[in-house]
Amino acid sequence: MNVARYWRTERTRYNLVGETCRVCGEPIFPPRDLCPHCTEAGQDIRTFGGKGEVYSFSHVNDAPAGYTEYQPYTVALIKLEEGPLLTAQLTDVDESDVRIGMPVEMVTRKLKEEGENGMIVYGYKFRPSVSAPSSRVVQPA
Amino acid sequence: MREVSIIGIGQTDVGEHWERSLRDLAVDAIIAAIKDAHAERVDALYVGNMLSGELTAQEHLGTLVADWGGLGGAEAFKVEAADASGAAAVRLGYLAVASGVHDFVIACGVEKTTDADAETTNAAWAYGTDAEYEGNQGVTMPSMAGLLMRRYLHEFGVPREDFAPFPVIAHANGANNPHAMYRSPISAEVYARAGMVADPICMFDAAPMCDGAAAVLLCPSEMARRFSAKPVRIRASAAATDRLAVHSRTDPLFLRASYLSAQRAYMHAGVGPSDLDLFEVHDAFSILAALALEACGFAERGKATVLAREGAFALHGRTPICTMGGLKARGHPIGASGVYQVVEVAQQLRGEAGANQIEAHLGMAQSLGGTGAAAITHILEG
Repeated sequence: MNVARYWRTERTRYNLVGETCRVCGEPIFPPRDLCPHCTEAGQDIRTFGGKGEVYSFSHVNDAPAGYTEYQPYTVALIKLEEGPLLTAQLTDVDESDVRIGMPVEMVTRKLKEEGENGMIVYGYKFRPSVSAPSSRVVQPA
Repeated sequence: MREVSIIGIGQTDVGEHWERSLRDLAVDAIIAAIKDAHAERVDALYVGNMLSGELTAQEHLGTLVADWGGLGGAEAFKVEAADASGAAAVRLGYLAVASGVHDFVIACGVEKTTDADAETTNAAWAYGTDAEYEGNQGVTMPSMAGLLMRRYLHEFGVPREDFAPFPVIAHANGANNPHAMYRSPISAEVYARAGMVADPICMFDAAPMCDGAAAVLLCPSEMARRFSAKPVRIRASAAATDRLAVHSRTDPLFLRASYLSAQRAYMHAGVGPSDLDLFEVHDAFSILAALALEACGFAERGKATVLAREGAFALHGRTPICTMGGLKARGHPIGASGVYQVVEVAQQLRGEAGANQIEAHLGMAQSLGGTGAAAITHILEG
């Protein structure tokens, strides 16, 4: 696999770098060239805080090729404090303890290895919060 | 634009075809459709397929199937819209005939999933999600459906067991379809006890990946009676998209593509949901069937399971769904399913649905791509 494929999205995967639309002001994650809300081009880079809550979750028992060595694992929709939803695995948690609304925070973990001589891909996963929700941002309802 | 009719239908049995290849299945369906219409000429062939390259190292599928199907020289290519690939081929065929470019067009859907191992097929099916922001987290299609279903249970306070009517209906109807993969009825009790595939998605919420091919032969309606005693008119064909990733949608429990394509189809045909005698809904997962029924106006938001429990979607209910087994019991040969749905509506309208025959003049089929990010709807009249 060509390294550039992963290098290109590195900042997003390692640091939750997204955008704020200059036109409509909506927070955007993952970043894209045209705002998904107003379709205008032109966004300011912003880094999301990495705190949020579980919006929904499911368990993977039959993993796809490339992920079978990690199964079973839990995938989730995470609602970030700043608003956007994202898809991520949960980690450091027993699957029977996961609940909708559970506070979580981002950590950087290995997503997969592409064979013995291939890329090791790192990225965001989320774990139960060990620190308090950010006081800078109003928690969405 | 010209009116378009279906004059020939063909389908293979759905299942694990160890002795038949990708091309064999497609050719079987095409020959059956041509034979059904007694047609002597085919101008174009559109092949709906999602994964031929990934699972069988075969692209250039239009040319291959035209060649082996005896359609040498015809215009032919593959159409891809994830699970909705087959419906996309039907729509392309409709457009080609309606526009006056071609008179005789075959839309064929084919998928061969059993030539690859389960992990590879599982990974490939999920290529219909966003590879960089969903796929790279190791999601599968069942787990993506699981995210939707868990949220649905949470928001609407519905117990998981209330989804039982969807597979119960599908299996009851599949039992009478000789082409169906599963021909045994199941009970709500069996559903409640079933093992989890991707909690809360249980074994009976998930349609099986398998092999199969189906085909329809289209021509201008004004010529249709020369080839078929019971031509089926395409009253509407409409497609729409939503944001690809579930996390990018404003409301993940509202299938906007399903809504938009149904509304466009209703508008085009001048009908509404209550005018339809049956609806072949995309039940790749029970939750997708529920969300599509709500998006298409057959149930209010959060109420699809309530209506299902009341019997509204059973074979002799208000709007029968999955009348030949749906994706759940007939089987879900991914890129072929959209054509199977159209063939099955045509069977109902032609009075050829056997033990599952209902009184039907107007029917709808809607195929969804991936988690519902694409939707293609056809309304047919017999």
